[in-house]
Amino acid sequence: MPLTLTPKDRAMLNGDFGPGTKMAMSILARMAEVIDAKELLDISGAHIDSTVYIGDAGLEFAERLARLGAKVSVPTSLNVSGVDEHHWQEWAVPPDWAQKARRQMIAYQSMGAAPTWTCAPYQTGMKPRFGQQIAWGESNAIVFANSVIGARTERYPDLFDICCAITGRAPATGLHLTENRKGQILFRLEGISEDLQRRDDFYPVLGNLIGKLTLDKIPVIEGVTFTPDEDQLKSFGAAAASSGGVALFHMVGVTPEASTSEAAFQGNKPLRVVEINMEALRESRRELTHADGDELHLVVLGSPHFSLAEYKRLASLVAGKTKHPQVKFLVTSSRAMTQLADQAGFVTPAREFGAQITVDTCILTSPMLPDDVQCLMTNSAKFAYYTPGLLKKRIAFGSLEDCVNSAVAGKIVRDEALWK
Amino acid sequence: MTEITFQGKTVVKGKAEGIALVSREPLSFWGGYDWQTGEIIDRRHPLSGQIAKGRILAIPFARGSSTTTAVLLEAIRAGTAPAAIVAAETDFFFALASVVADELYAASLPLVTLRENDFGKMESGDEVRLLDNGTVIVRKQNAKE
Repeated sequence: MPLTLTPKDRAMLNGDFGPGTKMAMSILARMAEVIDAKELLDISGAHIDSTVYIGDAGLEFAERLARLGAKVSVPTSLNVSGVDEHHWQEWAVPPDWAQKARRQMIAYQSMGAAPTWTCAPYQTGMKPRFGQQIAWGESNAIVFANSVIGARTERYPDLFDICCAITGRAPATGLHLTENRKGQILFRLEGISEDLQRRDDFYPVLGNLIGKLTLDKIPVIEGVTFTPDEDQLKSFGAAAASSGGVALFHMVGVTPEASTSEAAFQGNKPLRVVEINMEALRESRRELTHADGDELHLVVLGSPHFSLAEYKRLASLVAGKTKHPQVKFLVTSSRAMTQLADQAGFVTPAREFGAQITVDTCILTSPMLPDDVQCLMTNSAKFAYYTPGLLKKRIAFGSLEDCVNSAVAGKIVRDEALWK
Repeated sequence: MTEITFQGKTVVKGKAEGIALVSREPLSFWGGYDWQTGEIIDRRHPLSGQIAKGRILAIPFARGSSTTTAVLLEAIRAGTAPAAIVAAETDFFFALASVVADELYAASLPLVTLRENDFGKMESGDEVRLLDNGTVIVRKQNAKE
């Protein structure tokens, strides 16, 4: 059956709502046909990943839509941009590049989207509700919205998210529909101590492993004996969405569509059952480190963007300490979260420790790191996964505490006790 | 030299010719494809170091980050994209880059999917012709590269 459009969809396609909406609907309808959608559905929120300046094509796309007068028709948040609007001069960002990245920020803001500039919109006031139909871009945001909140979005790529935001419509397919949200592969944790599960470096390592084993299927994780907090689930999802294409996971007893294993599978049998043991986790942890020796130039935290709770933890870990003079220490977050953390007194201890804070952007989307920074350390599996290819730099993975201790020591040091 | 014809499903219509670059591993273009050169730069990927510009790139689907589309669009604009992409399933990320390139620059990238069994028969080095009805004609070298 071909795609059926409503009279309003057709009016948008005909240009009755202006040329910008016409272009957005044209792309939306063509893509709905590509994926064999029967119809479109209404969305009530969007998150735009296309804000990241990558090159002139993305900029020309945004400026074309803006020039044609397109406006978003639903509440819309914006992902990280290419530059920290106010602090990019502190880093190695070329001025002409910063200029284009700013033009791209302005184009999306002029379409009526909120200048949130964060990859963690689910930790802002624009967090969606359970069951809400939304169109989100940015892989870590998608997996969090679907899995931890129970909102419904497909894995919308750059350039498409804005078309949904402008038209207020999305293809009625995939994860928007209940029947496509059932678990597919069962991962059972075996012999993983609760002490390890409590650590902040456990979830990125588990996520990296499950992403790799699941690819684009829907994993169900069973056997978690400790209820992870929001930031642990955030780090798990970001890792699984990097090493695989995970857009939705269920964690039995933790996430809202998985009160039981049966509920997570909607009464169906898993396609496969995989045991997750310590040996597999140790291998996953090893994979996240691409560094020989213990040399360290930069510790980088905040992928996804640092939350208030993470700022608080960092403040207590660095209190009374000073980083080694040869190591830079960078935290990336949103401007709103950083202001909240500052008011709560969590930013001052970090600055006294020697940390630099960058808002609006991310080391992976901004050419901000100078050439003499070659050896990095992070607590983010996503940074660890993408840094060798995108930045061509070495990186080691460790817990938040490992990162702080390494910055003090001036070399990579990691607590191995619970990983043995 | 043997010639095999596969009937694929057209995702984005178009004709192309080139030498195949094939992997069974999915690829994220963000962090995996340098659009300024057309090189595959995911150092964990079997095609790492290969130049995909002008090749018939055959990979099952896009992995990971949703920024794959934006990178592929830049590659199409810069002239560093593959000549066509053959996938094992309809990949939204690849298709969108092609549709947007068509809207912006009237320059789309042909995209076709093959049945898994047919996809499995493609090898790097094959001479490939893609017709605009989705037919994929593969000429194999007798000696493997």
